[in-house]
Amino acid sequence: MDPVTLAVLQGRLEQIADEMDATLYRSAFNPIIAEARDACHGLYDATTGETLVQGTKGLPIFVGAMAFAVRAVIAKVGREGGLQPGDTFAFNDPYEGGTHLNDMRLVRPVFRDGRLFCWLASAGHWLDVGGNVPGNYNARATESLQEGFRLPPVKLIRAGVMDADLLAVMQANTRTPMSNWGDLNGQLNALALGERRLHEVLDAYGDATVAAAFAALNARAARLMEERIASLPDGTYRFDDVLDNDGIEDAPLPIALDLVVEGGTLTLDFTRSAGACAGPVNISRATTIACCYVALKHAFPEVPANAGVLAPVRFVIPEGSILSVQAPRPVAGYTETILRVIGCILGALAEADPARATAAPFGTINALSLSGRREDGSRWVMFSFFGGGMGGNPEGDGLHHANNPISMATMPPVEILEASYPVMFTDWALRPDSGGAGEHRGGVGAIYGIETLAPGRTDIALLGERGRAAPFGVRGGGPAATTRFTWTDAHGTHEPPMTSKLAGASIPQGGRVRLETPGGGGWGDPAKRDPEAVARDRRRGFVTVRAADPRLRATPSGDPGRDP
Amino acid sequence: MSRLIVGVDVGGTFTDLFAWDEAARRFRTAKVPSQRGDEARGFMSGLDALGGPVAMAAIVHGTTVGTNALLERKGARLGVITTRGFRDVLEMRRRDRPKAWGLWGSFEPVAERDLRLEVPERTLADGTVREAVDLDAVREAARRLLEAGAEACALVFINAYANPANERAALAALREVWPNPHVSASHGILPEIREFERTSTTALNAYLQPVVAGYLSRLEGALAEADFAGRFHIVQSNGGIMSTAGARAAPIRTALSGPAAGVIAAAAIARAAGFPDVITGDLGGTSFDVALVTGGEMQLAPQAQIDFGLVVRLPMIEITTIGAGGGSIARVDAGGFLQVGPESAGSRPGPVAYGQGNTRPTLTDANVVLGRINAARPIGGALARLDVEAAREALLAHVGRPLNLTAEQAAEAVLRVANARMAGAIRLVSIERGHDPSRFALLPFGGGGALHVGALIREVGLKAALVPRFPGVTSALGCVIADVRHDQVRTVNRALEGLDAAALAALMAAEARVARAVVEEAGLPVERVETRFALDMHYVGQTHSVAVPLPEDAPERLTEALIAEAFDAAYAREFAQRLDGIPRRIVSLRTAAIGRRPALDLTLLAPEAGTTLASAERGTRPVWFEGGWHEARIYDRLALPVGAEVAGPAILEQPDATTVLDPGLIARVDALGNLVIR
Repeated sequence: MDPVTLAVLQGRLEQIADEMDATLYRSAFNPIIAEARDACHGLYDATTGETLVQGTKGLPIFVGAMAFAVRAVIAKVGREGGLQPGDTFAFNDPYEGGTHLNDMRLVRPVFRDGRLFCWLASAGHWLDVGGNVPGNYNARATESLQEGFRLPPVKLIRAGVMDADLLAVMQANTRTPMSNWGDLNGQLNALALGERRLHEVLDAYGDATVAAAFAALNARAARLMEERIASLPDGTYRFDDVLDNDGIEDAPLPIALDLVVEGGTLTLDFTRSAGACAGPVNISRATTIACCYVALKHAFPEVPANAGVLAPVRFVIPEGSILSVQAPRPVAGYTETILRVIGCILGALAEADPARATAAPFGTINALSLSGRREDGSRWVMFSFFGGGMGGNPEGDGLHHANNPISMATMPPVEILEASYPVMFTDWALRPDSGGAGEHRGGVGAIYGIETLAPGRTDIALLGERGRAAPFGVRGGGPAATTRFTWTDAHGTHEPPMTSKLAGASIPQGGRVRLETPGGGGWGDPAKRDPEAVARDRRRGFVTVRAADPRLRATPSGDPGRDP
Repeated sequence: MSRLIVGVDVGGTFTDLFAWDEAARRFRTAKVPSQRGDEARGFMSGLDALGGPVAMAAIVHGTTVGTNALLERKGARLGVITTRGFRDVLEMRRRDRPKAWGLWGSFEPVAERDLRLEVPERTLADGTVREAVDLDAVREAARRLLEAGAEACALVFINAYANPANERAALAALREVWPNPHVSASHGILPEIREFERTSTTALNAYLQPVVAGYLSRLEGALAEADFAGRFHIVQSNGGIMSTAGARAAPIRTALSGPAAGVIAAAAIARAAGFPDVITGDLGGTSFDVALVTGGEMQLAPQAQIDFGLVVRLPMIEITTIGAGGGSIARVDAGGFLQVGPESAGSRPGPVAYGQGNTRPTLTDANVVLGRINAARPIGGALARLDVEAAREALLAHVGRPLNLTAEQAAEAVLRVANARMAGAIRLVSIERGHDPSRFALLPFGGGGALHVGALIREVGLKAALVPRFPGVTSALGCVIADVRHDQVRTVNRALEGLDAAALAALMAAEARVARAVVEEAGLPVERVETRFALDMHYVGQTHSVAVPLPEDAPERLTEALIAEAFDAAYAREFAQRLDGIPRRIVSLRTAAIGRRPALDLTLLAPEAGTTLASAERGTRPVWFEGGWHEARIYDRLALPVGAEVAGPAILEQPDATTVLDPGLIARVDALGNLVIR
C-alpha cells in the first residue's frame, strides 16, 4: 500500500477511536470516566482480537488489555456461535479481560456484507459494582466476591435489543444503579458513533484497502519496535522493586524483572516476582501484558499504538505468580501492582539505555474513599485518585503533581467536590521535599487535607502504595518521599497499620484526613545540579533547608519541612 | 463629520487594513509590513497609507499582542493572593500530563510559587463565610509581592463563585495598597465553579494587563499625536468588539482577537452569498485554523487551552488549529512515513524557494514545484521571484529519493499528506460534532487557503468552496463589521425539577442589565442590543454539560417544561441515547449582550461592470494535477466579471492570494465577486 494513503487512513481510523472516547467522556455519569477518563475505545481484529487502532486519549492501561477482552468474546462466539449484527457483549471479568471488576467492557461486531469485519470495543470504569466496599477498592478483600459482582462475557444486546432481564440483574447488584445506567448509555453512544464512522471510511476507501492498512500499520509498529530493541546492547538487565504489602499481611511483595535483549527481541521475565497474595494487589496475566505495553509505549513514544508494539516481545510470567492469578483471587488494587511492573521496566531500561533513563514516577493512585450519610439520611461516597510527581529525565526535572503513566486523568476540582460532598479541603498543595534529588530533580507530590462536615461518622478507606519503598532515582539520582496518610479525631492523629492501606476506620464531624503523596525519583548526581536551579528550588520552597543538607539528603523525610 | 471606519489586522508578516466610508459607501484596503515587537509602527503606517487617522471616525483592531504574550510567556511578573491552603492551585493544574505517551515534559506557571501568597479566609460551597478575610494579611501580602517586584496581582479565593464577599473586601484592601490598576479578582473575571479554571483565567488576565495596557497606550498615544478624534475599539475572542477600557480590564478576552476577526467576516460574506453553513480555513505560514459557521453564525467554545496548563475559560471562537501551514516542513520518518509539519520554517527563513537559508522542503515548495504558485509573482511583493529549482532539489533530496519518487511525485505526495491533515481538522469541527459535511461550503481566507480548495472539498465531501473576493483582508474586514458583544456566566446549580422559574427569570434579567450596560458604554453606533441566554445543563450525575439555548429576551415566560424540552432537544443533537427518568440540573447561566452594528453592504466589494472573461485571461502554464502536467489557463481573478465561469484546470491569481482550480471543477463569480467552486 502506498505510504500516503496509509498515512491518510491511519489518521481517519485514529480519529474514529478518539471520537468514541470524546463521546463517552461528555455523556458519562461518573467522574472517574467523565473527568478522570478511565475509559478506552478501539478497533480490534476480527479473528485474533489484536488491537488495530486505539484512541489517543483513552486510559493507556486499557490499550493493551482490551485485546484480551475482545479475544474472550471471540472465544465465546467460537464455542457457542450465533453472532449477528447488532449484538453487543458486556462483561467485567478481570481474569479474562484484565484490570478489575469496575471496568465494564462492551464489545460489538462490525459486519460488512454479512461478514464480520472487525470488532469495536468500549471500556469504562463504573462507580460501583457491589462488593463489601463502596467503589470496590476493598483493601481487605481476600477473594473477588468481596470486590463486586462478576459478569462473564454475555450478550447484553441481541440484534439491537437490550436484554432487560440481564440489565435488571446488573442494576440490582450495585450501590449506584443510576450512575451505571448513565455510563452504559454513554458507552453505547460511543459504539454507535464508532460504527457509523467506520462504515463511512469503509465506504470511501473499500474494505480491502482498509484491511490492508490495518496490516501495514501493525507491521510498521512491529518494525519500529524491533529497531528500538535492536538499538539496545544485548544483555540481561535486572530490576527489583517491592509492594508495601497486600493489606492482609504486612510483608513486602517483590516485583522483579529480568529484561533480556537479544538482537531485535525483548524478553520480559517476571519469574523472580512474588507468588499470588491473599489481598487485592494480584493481577491477571492479561493485565501484566497490558501494562508492559504501556511501559514500552512510554519508553518509545514514537512507535504507533497497536498490537505491533508487542510483536517482538516475549513474556515469562509463571502460573501462580502475583502477576498471573486466576479467579477468585482479589484484584481490585491492580493499579498499584502494574505501576510497580511499569517502574521495573523503566528501571531496567535505564540500565540498557542510559541516555534515555527516566526516574520512577510517584507510583500509586492512592484510591481514597470517604463515605457516610448526609443530614437527610442519604448516602454519600467521595472517591478519588490522587496525583504525585514524575521522575527526573534527560530533558529536565520531573513534572509536579501529574497523573500516573497508566492514566490521562484530570482531577475533579475542589469546588466540585465540596459542592457535591459534605467535606472541606484544608490543604490542596504541592509537597516540599518530596521529589528525589538529582541533577534533574523529581517532580514533587501533593498534600491533600480534608475535614468532614457530615453530621455522623465518616468512613475512611484507602488503597495506596509507596508507603515504605520510595520511587527510585536513576543514574545517581535520589529516591522520592514516600506516601504518608493520617487521620485525626479527638484521640489524636493516627497512621494506618499497613501504612498505605486502610479499611474500617472512621472520623466524627470535624475530623480530618491528610494524604501526602510521593514525588518522582531524581535523575543524575545531585551534586551536578545547576546552582541556579538549586537556588530556585529553595526560593520556591520545593526543597527546604533540611532536605538541601547533603547529610540528610539521602533519606528524604517525607515531612513537609519548613525553612527555619 | 467623517463616517470612516477602519479595521486593522496586525499579523506576523503583514498588517492589513480595510476602510469603510459609510457616507460615501466606498471601501479601500491597504497592506503594509508588520513590525514584530513594535506592532504600533505597522499599525500607524497602515493608517497613514489610508490617509492618516485624523479623518477616521472609528478604528477597530484585531490584535495578537495578547496571544503572543501568552505563547511566548512575555506577560507581567505576577503575584497571586489566595485562600490559605491553596496557593499551588495554579501549578497543580487538574493533575494532567502534557502527552499521553512519554513521561517527560514540564510546566512553568505564570506566577512563581514564591509570588503566590495565602491569607486566612474561607467560604464554603454553599456560600457560607466560615472565616472572614483578614484584610491586614491581604495588605501585608500585597506589600510583600510588590517588594518582590510583582507588576500585577491576581486575587482568587476558594468558592468565591458562590459568595464573593470575602474576595470583594480583599479587592478593596488590595487596591488601597497596589500602585497600578493591574489587579484582577476571580469573581469579576469568571464567577464560575472550578477553582483551577477560574484561577488560571484570572491569573492569565492579570498577567496580560500591563502588556495589553502598555500596547493600547502606545497606540492611543500615537493616535492622539496624529489628531485622531474618533473611537478606538478592540476585537474580542468571542467575535464581538469592546472598548479599550474593557480590553485593559479584561485583556484575556483578546486572546483570540485576530483569528476571531477573520471568522466574523467569513460568516458575513457567507451569509450574503447564500451559504449559511461554512467552514472557514485560514492557511498561514505555520498553522491551519479552522472554524465552523452554522446558520450564519460563528460557534463559540466555553474554554480554550492556549498551551499545556494555560487554560482560559471564557467564550471564545471555536478554532481548531493544526501545525500545517505553507512553511510546514516535509520529511520521511524512521518508519518510512511521509510527515508534513508540525515543524515549520515559518515566514523566516520560510520555504526553500524564498532563498533565505532554509534547505528542507515545505508545503509552499511543493505548490511552487507543481506550478500552482506563480514563481514570478510572489504574494505580498516582498520577494522578486521564487527559486523553483532549489525547491525541486529539496523535495527530491528529502522526500523523493527516500520514497523512490520524482520531484513532482514527491511534491504531490506532500500535498496529499498536508491536505489529509487539513481535511482531518475540518472533519474535527464538522463531522465529529455531528454536522453533515455535504451541507457545508469551505471558505478559505488568508494567502494560502484557496490553493487547496479542490482537494479539501473532495476529501471531506463538502458541497462547495466560497473564495471571498479579497481573501487577504478578510480579518480587517471582520473588524469593521463586528458587533459589540459582552459575555457573562454565572453558576446556578439548581435542579430543573421543581425549579423556581421566577427566581431564574430575575437572575436572567439582572445578568442582562449588566451585560447590556457594558455594550452601551462601548459607545459605537448600534441598531439594537440583543440579549441571549443559554443554560449549561446535564442529567444529575454527569459532570459535563450541554449548552441549552433559551428563547431570547423573554425570561419571564420560561417554565420548567419549556426548559426541559429545550434540554432534551439539545441533548438529542449530541448523543444517541436519551435518559428518560433521570433528574436534570441547571449548572450555569450564560448571558450575552450583542449590539448589532449597521450592516455593511457587501455588494460594494463586487467587480465593476465592463470587464469580460477574455480580458481577464493571462495565458496558460503547465500545472501538475493527479500524476501529470496539465496546461492550465491563468486568470487575473479581480478582472473576472460577475457571472463568469471558469473550468479547471485553471489558476486564478490576485495580489494577495492564489486560487487553484482542479480539473473537473468549475468556478463561478457570484454577484458579490466571490468565487463559488463546485
